[in-house]
Amino acid sequence: MDKTINIKLKVWRQAGPKAKGAFETYELNNISTDSSFLEMLDVLNEKLISEHKEPVAFDHDCREGICGMCSLYINGHPHGPDSGVTTCQLHMRKFHDGETITIEPWRSHAFPVIKDLMVDRRAYDKIMQAGGYISVNTGGMPDANAIPIAKKAADEAMDAASCIGCGACAAACKNGSAMLFVAAKVSQFALLPQGKVEAARRVKAMLGKMDELGFGNCTNTGACAAECPKNVSLSNIARLNREFICAKLKD
Amino acid sequence: MTWLSNSSVGRKVVMGVTGAALVLFLLFHATMNVVVIFSPEAYNAICEFLGANWYALVGTLGLAFLVVVHIVYAFILSVQNYRARGKERYAVTERQKDVEWASKNMLVLGIIIVCFIFLHLYNFWFKMQFVELQHMAGADVDLSRVTDGAGYVRELFACPVYAVLYLVWLAALWFHLTHGVWSAMHTLGWNNSIWMPRWKCISKIVATIIVLMFAAVVVYYLFAGLCGGAACAA
Ligand code: HEM
Ligand code: SF4
Ligand code: FES
Repeated sequence: MDKTINIKLKVWRQAGPKAKGAFETYELNNISTDSSFLEMLDVLNEKLISEHKEPVAFDHDCREGICGMCSLYINGHPHGPDSGVTTCQLHMRKFHDGETITIEPWRSHAFPVIKDLMVDRRAYDKIMQAGGYISVNTGGMPDANAIPIAKKAADEAMDAASCIGCGACAAACKNGSAMLFVAAKVSQFALLPQGKVEAARRVKAMLGKMDELGFGNCTNTGACAAECPKNVSLSNIARLNREFICAKLKD
Repeated sequence: MTWLSNSSVGRKVVMGVTGAALVLFLLFHATMNVVVIFSPEAYNAICEFLGANWYALVGTLGLAFLVVVHIVYAFILSVQNYRARGKERYAVTERQKDVEWASKNMLVLGIIIVCFIFLHLYNFWFKMQFVELQHMAGADVDLSRVTDGAGYVRELFACPVYAVLYLVWLAALWFHLTHGVWSAMHTLGWNNSIWMPRWKCISKIVATIIVLMFAAVVVYYLFAGLCGGAACAA
């Protein structure tokens, strides 16, 4: 028999973007500590539906930590109290019997609430559209190893590219800044020869878009990197600053 | 150069450059101050050298400019960041273990620092360089003590109240700089995973050196005063 716990949930409920939200309290009994956090919310929603109540809206898709769709600010931490995992990878064994768990949506000017715990994160897509790509002419497939790349650069680019665009960085930041995300996306290209070609244009466009969308100014508190489910490093932000300053000085 | 005001990184560059310049000034200022412990005469000679001459005046104005820019940008950034956070606040927040307390309270620490800057200007600058300036403008003022910096220091810190106030100020400065120094380097792009722990360590060392040098003077004259050296005269 697996262990079960009884918990109390304080969940943010908000009917729509303009509606006024408030916390609702729910009690759930006999939740298996082996279940995931989202499975626990599924149990809650099953219960609400059987009581003919509106289920709680929350984002999720892959449920294996790769898509970046899940969110939730749980007990004061984006993606919950565990480190290096997304909400979908969080387990109920991280909570104890009788605990009150507070669940809030990401709160950031650029991430408005759509409904309940679901927020509009298209701001990150817009930043990607502004420059988060490389331009290549179509044609024959080039050989994968034709361009030599230093192992260190490849590793760092790969670490930066592990960002899943979940938005936890901006959600955690006291300044509502998206710098860790933008830094990861600028770095994953700037470190590689294919990305260097458009590096200056890219960094100006992506940072400009970030500022335009109303994200804050980074003051290097580091809450983003501490909460990032992919452990994207703060040193990427120094690279973003460097790339941006150099690009501007060359203008 | 518009990027220094209309991009977030540009605004931070201004913050970092002015902050770093102020750190260099403080190192210089603190080094001069400790001289007073070893030789009040030598200290007064420095005060005379840095009285109301053109170099010192240009330096003072440059410094005032740096401080004003740093503060104006600090408020602009803070207001923008407060807005970026959105209207609705989190009900529960928890500090992450690797986030320094100082990094989240830079504005408050800065405001404490600036309040004391006014007190400090009143205690010293107003009685020394300002009196000289009034004299140059033709006013009838008492010039006898404009270069007696050591005397003013001795009298001020003989008052325990002032000694404690100045120590509180230095504590705020210490916290501001432990974050400020490495943050400025990070903002200017001079950082990576290897240098991160090094810069954080350098920040603590720089902050500690500056604060200890200033505090040494305060504590020395506090005890000198308590042992009957000079009367509190402020
Ligand atoms: C006088 C009032 C002051 C206020 C209101 C103030 C406020 C601030 C604020 C809000 C920041 C931004 C936080 C950050 O970037 O991490 C900051 C950064 C900084 N401050 Fe101050 N400060 C003041 C005085 C000083 C002084 C006297 C110094 C130098 C001794 C100083 C050195 C710095 C440094 C080095 C930074 C880091 C800049 C960066 O991160 O880019 N500040 N200050
Ligand atoms: S940097 Fe980390 S926290 Fe930010 S969007 Fe990417 S994965 Fe999420
Ligand atoms: S649901 Fe895909 S990362 Fe969590």
